[in-house]
Amino acid sequence: MADQEDLSLSRRDLMAAGAASAAIAGAPAAAQAAPADAPSLAQVRFKVNGQKRALTLDTRTTLLDALREHLKLTGTKKGCDHGQCGACTVIVDGRRINSCLTLAVMHEGDEVTTIEGLGTPDKLHPLQAAFVKHDGYQCGYCTPGQICSAKAVLDEIKAGVPSHVTADLTDDPRLTETELRERMSGNICRCGAYSNIVEAIADVAGGLAKGDRA
Amino acid sequence: MKTFTYERARTPAEAAAAAAQDPTARFIAGGTNLLDLMKLEIETPRRLIDVNGLQLDRIEPTQDGGLRIGALVRNTDLAADKRVRKDYAVLSRALLAGASGQLRNKATTAGNLLQRTRCPYFYDTNMPCNKRKPGAGCSAIGGFTRPHAVLGASEACIATHPSDMAVAMRVLDAKVETVHPDGATRSIPIAEFHRLPGNTPHVETALSPGELITAVTLPKPFGGRHAYHKVRDRASYAFALVSVATVIQKDGSGRVALGGVAHKPWRVEAAESAMPRGARAVAEGLLAGAKTTDHNAFKLTLAERTLGAAITQARS
Repeated sequence: MADQEDLSLSRRDLMAAGAASAAIAGAPAAAQAAPADAPSLAQVRFKVNGQKRALTLDTRTTLLDALREHLKLTGTKKGCDHGQCGACTVIVDGRRINSCLTLAVMHEGDEVTTIEGLGTPDKLHPLQAAFVKHDGYQCGYCTPGQICSAKAVLDEIKAGVPSHVTADLTDDPRLTETELRERMSGNICRCGAYSNIVEAIADVAGGLAKGDRA
Repeated sequence: MKTFTYERARTPAEAAAAAAQDPTARFIAGGTNLLDLMKLEIETPRRLIDVNGLQLDRIEPTQDGGLRIGALVRNTDLAADKRVRKDYAVLSRALLAGASGQLRNKATTAGNLLQRTRCPYFYDTNMPCNKRKPGAGCSAIGGFTRPHAVLGASEACIATHPSDMAVAMRVLDAKVETVHPDGATRSIPIAEFHRLPGNTPHVETALSPGELITAVTLPKPFGGRHAYHKVRDRASYAFALVSVATVIQKDGSGRVALGGVAHKPWRVEAAESAMPRGARAVAEGLLAGAKTTDHNAFKLTLAERTLGAAITQARS
């Protein structure tokens, strides 16, 4: 058990060190650039997983890179970096977004929740436990994004937000497999664990509505 | 990504004035399209003006019984608004057919109108493109043209407009409200908002430099069965090959606009008198003047059949 903990610590340290050395390697290039191309810096203060954070960042820094490279919260993953895969999904002020398609400096005062804020290895979030139970992944790379997205999906259905497959727009949406699949379509899993992901989410929500599989 | 300075605008007119003074400036709201293009250096603003604080995020009734949708209303909120779901269902349906939950949570009403084409040659900076570099030539013409325009295109550009929302707004006769740098406002009918490519495909809208969208207004509800049929290569999270927005009344009369076929939402009001006679009769006028390639000729058949399905459903 102790060995396992050491192993996981050293892996995290290694990743953090890798990010730091990448930042150092990038520095000389920026220094040599013409003044017109010099990075513009800006400050941002926000809460991440309940903790106040203040950063001075190159304005180009996406929220995703701020989380991973500056705050060392590497649970949020960079997949396509273009809003097509959903691996970078985080929850900002209660809503899921692609953290790769938003600038960190645009989040002054916001509350950001990442996978690290949902659960811990000792105290899994119910969705994390359900993904383990239902084998809702293979390689696991898309999983943090899937789980952040799934949490928001359940909140959206509760709040009555309709989807493309909601049959009657004037009714509240039901928790069906079709609804879950449509609402999760912004999260790609290249291992193809989709059916188990749906089962995991449905389990946490207390099961699917009757008469589903339309 | 090129470097840029970042500022938050305090009023719409101030934002417009700042943008008018600096041709390298861009407004940013949701950022879901702009940042994508900035990463590829298709867009290279030197100055970003964040308009998110302008309080243009409300949906309010208008004096003549319609709705005024603030420019910053997120796509999720517009689609979920009870008034929109009840009286302008085609708009809810179009929004929900587009993008993903994450993107709709960020994307704004104005940004959706202003999003750029997803023409793969526009995105490939190794290929000439008249939108990216006026006069460079069009790589799509003679290339792989399956997703491209079949109506209203030109020798300079055959790109399509990617928005679903705008197609619904076209069928609803929406108007785009703007503010100029001097504080003057105007209202642009959606039909005149997006331009056909002609010889200037890089000029995509009727907006002048610095002009900022503040709202989109919808007229008083006009009833009917609302539908948005989107045909695409996968069931979710894909752009339209063809989409058909319809509002059909009990007597069979109705309106129709198409997406995925032109540089702007495509509507031919004169063709709509044929609605009671069915899709084929409407298609004669709606698709008149179409110019296709071997790759995209299917869009004409698809548009007519999808309209046929919409008419059948409305009658059921």
